[in-house]
Amino acid sequence: MNEETYRRPAAGQHHPANRSPDYKSTVSRSPSKPAIVLPHTLSEITGPLLRAERLDAGENDLTRRRMGEPLGERIVVHGRVLDEDGKPVPEALVEIWQCNAAGRYHHPGDQHDAPLDPNFYGGGRARAGTDGTYRFITIKPGAYPWKNHYNAWRPAHIHFSLFGPAFATRLITQMYFPQDPLLAFDPIYNSVPEGARPRLQAAFDMDATQPEWALAYRFDIVLRGRNATPMENT
Amino acid sequence: MSRALTPSQTIGPFYFGTVVNAYRHDLAPAGVAGERIEIALTLHDADGAIVPDGLLEIWQANSHGRYNHPEDRRNLPLDAGFEGYGRASTDTRGCARFGTVKPGRVPWPGGGLQAAHVNVSVFARGVLNRLATRLYFDGDPALAEDPALNLVEPERRATLIAKRDATGVWRLPLYLGGPNETVFFDC
Ligand SMILES: [Fe+2]
Repeated sequence: MNEETYRRPAAGQHHPANRSPDYKSTVSRSPSKPAIVLPHTLSEITGPLLRAERLDAGENDLTRRRMGEPLGERIVVHGRVLDEDGKPVPEALVEIWQCNAAGRYHHPGDQHDAPLDPNFYGGGRARAGTDGTYRFITIKPGAYPWKNHYNAWRPAHIHFSLFGPAFATRLITQMYFPQDPLLAFDPIYNSVPEGARPRLQAAFDMDATQPEWALAYRFDIVLRGRNATPMENT
Repeated sequence: MSRALTPSQTIGPFYFGTVVNAYRHDLAPAGVAGERIEIALTLHDADGAIVPDGLLEIWQANSHGRYNHPEDRRNLPLDAGFEGYGRASTDTRGCARFGTVKPGRVPWPGGGLQAAHVNVSVFARGVLNRLATRLYFDGDPALAEDPALNLVEPERRATLIAKRDATGVWRLPLYLGGPNETVFFDC
């Protein structure tokens, strides 16, 4: 068995530092000791594939989860789930959640003074194809204020959750919209090393827009790739 | 063509939606082989305050020590209905509970067996990267020879070992920092 089945991300090049003091909640919620490097055992190279999880038809269409259509700008969000070699991660379960067009989550903890939309719940799931492609229909989420610092606003974003093929590839992230002026002021987005930040921005995708119906954004998600297997004697 | 990794971001305080209807507290429906156990994980911040808005996931082998995954090609029984995956949010007391079976032992690369363990992922507002840890079982004679535990300084190993309470529940407090900081793994 190869002890390094998945490549380890180079420190400081991809992921945020756990302690990113401009994002205040990280201060009391980040370990101070370095994580202990664990060789990849069966525990790390296996993981939930959730292949048996049955998705209802239309779970990937967040505009049709309720009686009527939600208010806001209808958009298509699509892309591929890939690994670092550009190979598709087939049949990956992709989960998303977001606030409504006014910037309010359908969540009891969200007390932002903005209207709830009875026709928008904000959660969706999709199963990627064998080529890694996934597609959601939703509405563009609004910006919303938060209490991190004076006049703090989150740029519009959609939360994404992916499992990938193994425990080691689990990823939760956020997708942002291109050219959002709030990105420059957001400590969560800016917790990511500068060179990696653009990877969290979807690309406006004119080719995938639906005439008379919806604009489209493309967001590819790249999970950890595998090391070349030298000799596998299992 | 090589592609650069998508960076991690916090789950934030308002995860729910999809993840709510995919919560799994009970991993082992009737008929699954093995010793039934209950696990209670309590999440704390560095100041010891409970974290009521965390999401905890577990991943484990079945009682025979087999992972329900194509990468585990060993000739050991798989249990129908047992995937080995659980997900629960912490409650107002910071606690997430799972009903499952005690996992069997799985091999260590290069030889030997690991002690029985459950793999744990921690997500929360203020947590920018998934934090990975493990839960072991107090009193297990295999703990002393577990190669992963032996990577940890002896005085910190207790942060990974659940203790059985008077009602039989396996309890493990998790600390995101502070004097009792949990050992997290780069996995
Ligand atoms: Fe959010």
